[in-house]
Amino acid sequence: MADLELLLLQIELIKEEFITTDRADEERRVKEDRAALRIQSWFRGTRLRSYLRHLQRKATIIQKIWRGYIARAYFRKKVKVQCFVMKMNFYNEMAVRIQKRWKGYYVRKYVHNYYARKRYLEGLTKKNEQVRRTMEEFAEMQRNEREHHQVECEEQKTCLQAQRMHFLLSTHQIPGVFNSPYRDFPHEMELQMKSIKPLLVKDIQQKRQAMDPSAPGDTFLKTRPLPPIPSKKPQGPFRDPATVLQQRYRPLEPTLRVATSITDLEEAREELRRGEWRGRIIDHAFQPFSHAHKNKKYERSIHTTSSFERLAYGTVYFREENQEKLRGKKPFKSIFTTCNVFDKFGQLYSNAGKIV
Amino acid sequence: MSQRQVLQVFEQYQKARTQFVQTIAELATRPQNIETLQNAGVLSLLRPLLLDVVPTIQQTAALALGRLANHNDDLAEAVVKGDVLPQLVYSLAEQNRFYKKAAAFVLRAVGKHSPQLAQAVVDCGALDALVACLEEFDPGVKEAAAWALGNIARHNGELSQAVVDAGAVPLLVLCIQEPELALKRIAASALSDVSKHSPELAQTVVDAGAIAHLAQMILNPDTKLKRQVFSALGQISKHSVDLAEMVVEAEVFPAALACLKDPDEYVRKNVTTLIREVAKHTPELSQLIVNAGGVATVIDSVGESQGNVRLPGIMMLGYVAAHSENLAMAVIVSKGVPQLAICLVEESEDHIKAATAWALGQIGRHSPEHARAVAAANVLPRLLRLYTDTESSEDLQLKTKKALKSILQKCTYLPALEPLLHEAPSDILKHVVGQFSKVLPHDSKARRLFVTSGGLKKVQEIKAEPGSLLQENINSINSCYPEEIVRYYSPGYSEILLERVEAYQPT
Repeated sequence: MADLELLLLQIELIKEEFITTDRADEERRVKEDRAALRIQSWFRGTRLRSYLRHLQRKATIIQKIWRGYIARAYFRKKVKVQCFVMKMNFYNEMAVRIQKRWKGYYVRKYVHNYYARKRYLEGLTKKNEQVRRTMEEFAEMQRNEREHHQVECEEQKTCLQAQRMHFLLSTHQIPGVFNSPYRDFPHEMELQMKSIKPLLVKDIQQKRQAMDPSAPGDTFLKTRPLPPIPSKKPQGPFRDPATVLQQRYRPLEPTLRVATSITDLEEAREELRRGEWRGRIIDHAFQPFSHAHKNKKYERSIHTTSSFERLAYGTVYFREENQEKLRGKKPFKSIFTTCNVFDKFGQLYSNAGKIV
Repeated sequence: MSQRQVLQVFEQYQKARTQFVQTIAELATRPQNIETLQNAGVLSLLRPLLLDVVPTIQQTAALALGRLANHNDDLAEAVVKGDVLPQLVYSLAEQNRFYKKAAAFVLRAVGKHSPQLAQAVVDCGALDALVACLEEFDPGVKEAAAWALGNIARHNGELSQAVVDAGAVPLLVLCIQEPELALKRIAASALSDVSKHSPELAQTVVDAGAIAHLAQMILNPDTKLKRQVFSALGQISKHSVDLAEMVVEAEVFPAALACLKDPDEYVRKNVTTLIREVAKHTPELSQLIVNAGGVATVIDSVGESQGNVRLPGIMMLGYVAAHSENLAMAVIVSKGVPQLAICLVEESEDHIKAATAWALGQIGRHSPEHARAVAAANVLPRLLRLYTDTESSEDLQLKTKKALKSILQKCTYLPALEPLLHEAPSDILKHVVGQFSKVLPHDSKARRLFVTSGGLKKVQEIKAEPGSLLQENINSINSCYPEEIVRYYSPGYSEILLERVEAYQPT
C-alpha cells in the first residue's frame, strides 16, 4: 500500500514533470523539428549526392568502357586496313620486281634480240656471198654457152660457105683461088672445102626455104616428108601374131581354192602364235583386280632397328613424354591450310578492290 | 574487038595495079620516101585499092597503108580521116588470114601514135574484130591482133578498159601459152600494157590466170620475151599488196634473181623494176627479197649498169631500207652504201642523183649505227656539194637537203661531221652544230680532236641570233671547254691581245 501511495504521489510529480518536460519539449520541439529537418535534409542531400556521384562514376565507367571498345574496334579496323595496304604495297613492289625482270627478259629475247639480229646479219652476209657466187657461176656458164653457140654458128657459116664455093677447089693442074702459088700455105677455106662434100641442088632448095621465113603459102607439106605407103599386105585374113602367141603360151591361172595349200589353216595359226610370241614384252600375264599391294611384306628399315632392340628414335616422340602439361591441348598442326590469298582473284566484278 | 583483047586490057590494068601497090609497099619501108609519097597523095590512091577485086592487091594495099601510117602520126590521122578504118574492120571479120594480118597491122600502126587516134580506132568497132582475130588458128594473125590491142591499150586507162571489156584478156593469156616465140612476146607486152594503168585492170589480168604462165616463161632463153614478161609482172605487182603477194606466190623470186645476170640491160632493168615494185609495199615482202639474197644481186647489177638502167635498183634499195632499221642494216651489210656513193659520183643526170640521195637518206636515218655507216662512205660532203650547187635542179636540192637532215640528226661520227662544219650553209650547219653539242660533253678525246682540227675556231666564227637553237648549241659546246680556250679561239682575240700589249705600262 505504501508503495501505492508513494506511487500516487509520484504520479503527481510525474504529471508535473511530464507537463514541464512536455512544455519544455513543446518549446524545444519546433526548434528540434527544424534542426531535425535540417539534419535530415542535409543527410538526404548528401545521400542523394553521393548516390548521384556514384551513378555518375558508374556512368563514366560505362561510357569509358564503351568508348574504349568503339575506339579499339575502329583502331583494329584501321590497323587491318593499314596491314592490307602494307601487304598490297609489298605485293606491288614484288610484282614490279617480277615485271621488271620479265619485261627486260622478254624485250631482250623477243623484241630486240641482239644476238638473233647479229646472227641474222651474219647469216645474211653468208647468204649474200653464196648468192653472189652462184650468180657468178651462172653468168659464167651463160657466157660460155653463148660463146660456144657463137663459135658453132661461125663454124656452120664457114661450112656453108665452103659447101657453096666448092667449085673453087683447086685441082692438080689448076690451083684454086684459095690455093694461090704466091701464098706460103693454102687458105683455110681450101682445107675446109677439101674436107666437105659439095651442096646438092635439092639441098640448096631446102636450105633456101628453111632460111626464108617470109615465104608465102604453106611450107608444111614441102618441108615435111610424106608418110610411107604401106607396101606389103599380109595374105589372107590372118590373126594378129601377138594375140596368137598370147593365146598359145598363156600362163596358168588357178582358182583360189586350188592355190591354197591343205595345211593353210594350221600354218596361219602357227604364224599368228609366232607373231604374238615375238611381240610380247611383258612375260607374266595381266592380272586385273589383284590387290598387289597387299601381297607385299612390310620390310623394316635398318635405321630404326638394331641388333638388340628397336631404337626409340623415330618411333617415340618427345611430346608423348609430358602428358600432364599436354592434357586438354590440341597437337601441333603439321599440315597448313592453303593460303586463300588468290582464290577470289579475277572473280570479282569490279577491278577497284581486288581485295583478297 | 575480040573477047581476048578486051580481057587483055583488064589484065594489063590488073598488072599495073599490082605493080603499083607492090612498089608503094616496098618504098614505104624506107623513111626517106615517105614524105615524097605523102606529097604525091598516096593515101587517096591507096584507098580505092583496098576495095579492089583481086585479093592480093587488097592485101598489099593494106600492107602499104600500114607501113605509111606506122611512120608518123600525120599520116595516121589522114588514114583515120579518110574513113578507111570501118572498111578494114569489116574485112577483118571476112577475109583470109593474109588480109587479116595486113588489116591488123594498119590498126596497130594507127593506134600507136596518140590516145585520140587509138580512140578513133576503138570507135570504129575494131576491138571486137581484133578479139575475134585472137581466136584464129594462124599465129601470125594472132600476133598482129595482139600487137594492135597492146598499142591501143598502152595510152590510158579508158582505152585499156575498153580492150578488157571486149574480152581480150583471156585470149591473150591463151596466146601466151602458144609455142611461137613472137606471139608470146607480143601477148606478154599486150598484157603488160593493159595492166599498167590501174589496180582493177591488173586484177582482171591476174584473174585470167596470167601470173602462172608469165612465171613459167621467166627462164626462157629468149631475151625479148624475158623483157616483156618481167615488164608485165612488174606492172601487175606495182598496184597493191595483194597483187604483189600473188606475184611472189607464183615462186618468181629466186628464179628472177638469176636473170639479173642477163647480158641484155633492159632485161636487167625490168627485173629490178619488178623487185622494186614488190619490195615497196610491205616490210614482209622486202624481208622475203632480202632473205633470198635479192639485195646483194641488185647491188651488183647497179654496179654493172649505167644511167637510167640503174634507177630502179637504186630506188629498190631506198624502199627496202625505208621500211625498218633491220632491213636498212641488211642493206648496209650487203655493201650497198659504197655502191650508192659510187653512183652519186658517177651519174650525171639529176633525177638519178636525186634518187641516190633519197636512198642514202632512207638508209642513214634510223639510228646512229646506220648514220655512221653512211657517213663513213664519205657521202656527206658530196651531198652537201650537190645541195649547194646552183646547177642542181630543185628536186635534187630538196632531196639532198632532206637526206642530209635525216642523216645528220642521227650521226654521231664526228670525223665525218668535221668537213661539214666548214662548208655547210646555215640551215645544215645548225644540225651539224647540234650533233656536236650532243656528243662533245661526253667524250674527252673528241673534244681534243675538235680543238686541234680547228672545229672550235669555226664554231666561234658562226654568227647566230641569241636565243635561237643554234646559239644554244654553240653555248653548250663552249661550256665543254675552259674559258681561256674559248676566248683564245674567238674571232678578234689577237687584236684584243695586241691592244692590251699597247695599253700595258711596264713599271
